[in-house]
Amino acid sequence: MSKLSPSHKTVPVWPLIAAVAFAAAALTTLVLIENQKILGLALAGIAAICFAAARFGGVTAAETAASENPWLLRGLILIAALAVLFVLRDDNFGLLMVATVLIYATVCIGLTIQMGYAGLTNFAAAAFVGTGGYTAAMLGQKGGLPDPLVLISGGLIAVLIGSLLILPVLRTRGHYAALTTLAFGVMFNVFLDANELLGGPQGLKIPGINLFGWDFSSDLHILGFTFSFYVNYVILTGVLTALAMILAGLLDKSWIGVWLDVVRLDETAASVFGLKIGYWKILAFTLGNFLAGVMGAVYAKMTGFIAPSNFTFGDSLVMVSIVILGGIGNRWGVLPAALIVVLLPEKLQFIQEYRLLLYAILVIVILIVRPDGFVARRVRALRMEARS
Amino acid sequence: MTATSTPGSLLESRGLTVRFGGLLALNELDIDVRHGEVLGLIGPNGSGKTTFLNVISGVYSASAGSIRLDGVDITTASAQSLSNHGLARTFQRSRLCLPLSVFDNIALGAQKRLDSGLWQNLVRRKEFAAEARAIAAEARELLHVFNPMLADKLFEPAISLGMIDRRRVEICRALIGKPKLVLLDEPSAGMTHDETDQVVDEILGIRKSLGGLTIIIVEHEMGLIERVTDRCVVLNYGKKICEGRFRDVAVDPVVREAYLGQS
Repeated sequence: MSKLSPSHKTVPVWPLIAAVAFAAAALTTLVLIENQKILGLALAGIAAICFAAARFGGVTAAETAASENPWLLRGLILIAALAVLFVLRDDNFGLLMVATVLIYATVCIGLTIQMGYAGLTNFAAAAFVGTGGYTAAMLGQKGGLPDPLVLISGGLIAVLIGSLLILPVLRTRGHYAALTTLAFGVMFNVFLDANELLGGPQGLKIPGINLFGWDFSSDLHILGFTFSFYVNYVILTGVLTALAMILAGLLDKSWIGVWLDVVRLDETAASVFGLKIGYWKILAFTLGNFLAGVMGAVYAKMTGFIAPSNFTFGDSLVMVSIVILGGIGNRWGVLPAALIVVLLPEKLQFIQEYRLLLYAILVIVILIVRPDGFVARRVRALRMEARS
Repeated sequence: MTATSTPGSLLESRGLTVRFGGLLALNELDIDVRHGEVLGLIGPNGSGKTTFLNVISGVYSASAGSIRLDGVDITTASAQSLSNHGLARTFQRSRLCLPLSVFDNIALGAQKRLDSGLWQNLVRRKEFAAEARAIAAEARELLHVFNPMLADKLFEPAISLGMIDRRRVEICRALIGKPKLVLLDEPSAGMTHDETDQVVDEILGIRKSLGGLTIIIVEHEMGLIERVTDRCVVLNYGKKICEGRFRDVAVDPVVREAYLGQS
């Protein structure tokens, strides 16, 4: 039986520790730096280090160490997250940025389940985020419902609204399915603009989060240090991102992940071997929309104000581009991609109107240099699971 | 004896007709496949061989007529439900999911007996791992019969395999579901003569070890048909023109005319 179990030789863990430390340092640096020249240098430095790490096997080494020591990875991420929080503790704008990045990343993990796993192109992600946000706003006006339930309701209403799209999405493929979702996203925006009850173009105000007496709108005082109230939101969004990552990871490393891949790659083979294609597509669509809705509710509560202009087709496009930049189907890729896509336009204020142009050029350059995204999807090997 | 069921038939089609618009792809076909036999389905290009496989595997639906598998009417059964009835197939053009591992591809063949529930897959990971281990062991055993080297490539992506190994994996994917009837659509397609010979030997070997598997094989390579089939049905323009052992069918004047044209 020796052939069945791969050799248990120890993999060095230091590349993993270095990778997590580097990621935390890079995140903090990018958030903190105000000076444009230093920012440019920092970006170039980070890109150079990433390139060198990929070139000389550092990325592979870190990945191997991570898959061999999943608990070490989780522990390191927790430590790194606490360190980043401590450094950024009184930087309101920086913390808001980090929470926004985490919200985008989580929505994009949902999109990864839809697009990367099941192959459902969804150009209406912002509409489902918006559904969650407006649900939170309406429930907030009525009051009474505890906030955990408000967040879950945001997800459920997004699933409900999404179910309107199930029939057209199941009946169409590829570009046509994409067009269906695109049309829905545009319709959603027009509807919000025209609807008086939902505040029309002026939008709605929403009270902050209160989780079982933990008021998210007040600063934290821990061990004599004062933490901005945004730390609450970073913690919440971080926990939700972690949960979504775990969900996507378990899905990927299970029969469900295999079946979703087969449905995406070859519907004929899938149905000949007994897979119910509609069921799997609906499952992926539902999970993705649920994540979008929950994060929409968090976003609304964090910013305290939402309007139709927060959830446009452009925002959906940004979310799809995060998934593509990160590497379609690789859930880790959405983290750096969300960071770049959300942070850069904010940081590049100095060139004013040209910032979106520069940002677009950057995205194109990245896709030319790395056509499979930052972290290309690996072949699933259920070797660990099937090890006897 | 025209439209009654023959005892011992695993699959029987009666008056099976498929129309694509004005084209009559299958014209009132009566075909019987006996338990444990290897039936060759031959005929010139466009004679309806693959259409026959597609209609019994539920990819196309019949315009008229009926199909029974092991006594159960499967005429209107969906492709999905047919695998539950014990039917598995390979395709003329490889339909492996190339970016996925050999293991993932083969596991698809066993899909109907695996637990695909959310709870099992996301929470009860130990049970999932037990299933994965069992499938890995079965897949290794099957692959080993074909090519011992292939058993070591279980977690390699299918795209890294050569044509012959892909074909082997496709056959393993069909066999792991323990089907009653296997449809092989041109197993020699895209392979050299020697490779074809090799795969044929392997199919015969695995059939022996499984003990009387029923197979319908569609093929252009007559050497292969001669070696593996017990019986042949010859189609032309969607009609059955001849039936019998290969060596009898091969000399039949009607068959020769269909292949070579009128002399």
